Amino acid sequence: MTLLSTVKTKQNDSSGLKRLGMGIMYLILVGVAVFQLYPLLWLFFFSLKGNREIFGQSPFALPEDWLWENYQRVWTVGNMDTYFFNSVFITVTAVVLTLLFASLATFAIMRMKWKFSGIALLFIMVGYMIPIHTALVPLFSMFLRVGLLDNHLSIILVYIAYHLPLTVMILSGFYSQLSREIEEAAIVDGASIHRIFFQITLPMTTPVLSTTMIINMIYNWNEFVFANTFLSSDSLRTLTVGIQSFVGQYLTDWGAIGATLVISIVPVLVAYLFLSNRIVEGVAAGSVKG
Amino acid sequence: MDKVMSNKWVIFLYLLPATLMIGVLVYIPIAVSGYFGLFDWDGVGAMNFIGLQNYTELLTDSTFWFSARNSFYLALFSTLALVVYLGVALVLSSKVKGRELFRKIYLIPMLLSSVAIAQLWIRVYDPNNGFLNTFLRNIGFDNPPAWLAERDTVLFAIFVAIVWQFAGFYIIIYTAALKGISEELVEAAEIDGASPLQIATRIKVPLISGVIKTTVVLAIVGSLKYFDLIWVMTGGGPNGASEVLASYMYKEAFNRNNFGYGSAIGFALLILALLTTVVIQKITKSKESQ
Repeated sequence: MTLLSTVKTKQNDSSGLKRLGMGIMYLILVGVAVFQLYPLLWLFFFSLKGNREIFGQSPFALPEDWLWENYQRVWTVGNMDTYFFNSVFITVTAVVLTLLFASLATFAIMRMKWKFSGIALLFIMVGYMIPIHTALVPLFSMFLRVGLLDNHLSIILVYIAYHLPLTVMILSGFYSQLSREIEEAAIVDGASIHRIFFQITLPMTTPVLSTTMIINMIYNWNEFVFANTFLSSDSLRTLTVGIQSFVGQYLTDWGAIGATLVISIVPVLVAYLFLSNRIVEGVAAGSVKG
Repeated sequence: MDKVMSNKWVIFLYLLPATLMIGVLVYIPIAVSGYFGLFDWDGVGAMNFIGLQNYTELLTDSTFWFSARNSFYLALFSTLALVVYLGVALVLSSKVKGRELFRKIYLIPMLLSSVAIAQLWIRVYDPNNGFLNTFLRNIGFDNPPAWLAERDTVLFAIFVAIVWQFAGFYIIIYTAALKGISEELVEAAEIDGASPLQIATRIKVPLISGVIKTTVVLAIVGSLKYFDLIWVMTGGGPNGASEVLASYMYKEAFNRNNFGYGSAIGFALLILALLTTVVIQKITKSKESQ
């Protein structure tokens, strides 16, 4: 009897403790979520306000008139449309070529049989450690000499080169777990090596390709230093650099600045809405492997 | 069969684009950076060879050491913050409801460009119209600091924005690693009467020590390379108070046209990043063998 009652009280204790623990856990999780989300929500609200509201009323207030004109204004007057399409063009070109080159290299390293494949992999992966600032001046003078400064090609080239290491790193992890049987059967059937790569191996890597595609897209879309240093014409600027120059001109027009920021953020958020699982997975894969 | 898979020409062809681009745009520039550091050069005019003068000047340049100190502080703060991220990840990896949603929310800031984040946080910190100081005044602090405009608070203020940007990244890495721990092990410990805290600190954390080590390297090396956010938020100011190595390098090279000296700083940055990585690997290795 006594034994039973002590067991019972113990159980009660622990379930009360458990509930308290759960409460604290949710408090932590919700607290972090508010910290992560509130600044964005606040940004969205002030992007719809005019200066009277921003500078005259509480920053916590909801917008009174919901000035969607702010968006219209920056899209046309602020050149946002040009910047936006430059970013799309550069991002898409760089991502497609990065994935192609990375896949070719990973196939040669992980699937083909030769002595120095380990060294080749090391050569590519060590590139991941290089701080881009170290290469900035030499790249600048190199592009100046060959006439690629202020040209989208210079940006596309460096985006590919600097994202190949991480992409190969993630791809090689996937390739190492891929069964060789289908490839071997294709060889027996007399398929050429190019056919094996393009029609058999490459399609099998679609899941990891989409993961690396999204990671590359986000990095390129948001890149600042290279685009800021190598492009000087306003008509060639990308969205990140364009925002910078726009803000410089409209310092006190918070509504317009807010609208610009939201425009730059929305494409990424929309992609995230549809592909969040892949993105979360990609972020984890990219670093856990490293 | 091996004949097809070890065709030297195909290996060469497939590896060429990736290795050529990394070689020309990543490795050659870092070597050239060290070489440019030997010259007095404004980027356009004649290059005057001055030997190691730039590098010896670097050793006594107080701005360089002050920037290095700031970079070191950011690295230290970022490493300490990992403990918090790990804590949140441990909470997330327990059986709380809605953890997938929390994970997805936490990653959102990481998807945005540093430029957009910096522009947003400049406004969060705005002494008069930002929500932070309005909030502080509302709860009774009459004279909240001007955050980014004051020498004493600027680095800390920037660090909070860095936390906002990267917290989700590290939390995702940790939860992905914690997912890999076998359920049986945790259940066995529960049966043995281990408390959740004991399970977390004695079982889960040691089991993901490899990933923790990776994140320490990422946080430290990442902090040494830190640029975009600081450049946009403060430009290294006020009065150099938030200067870091990358921003000092950029200023010397591209604002003051000291390409030689800028290259020397960039090269020092590379050496520091590589040294730190090696040292961390050494420290953690000797710990493991103990």
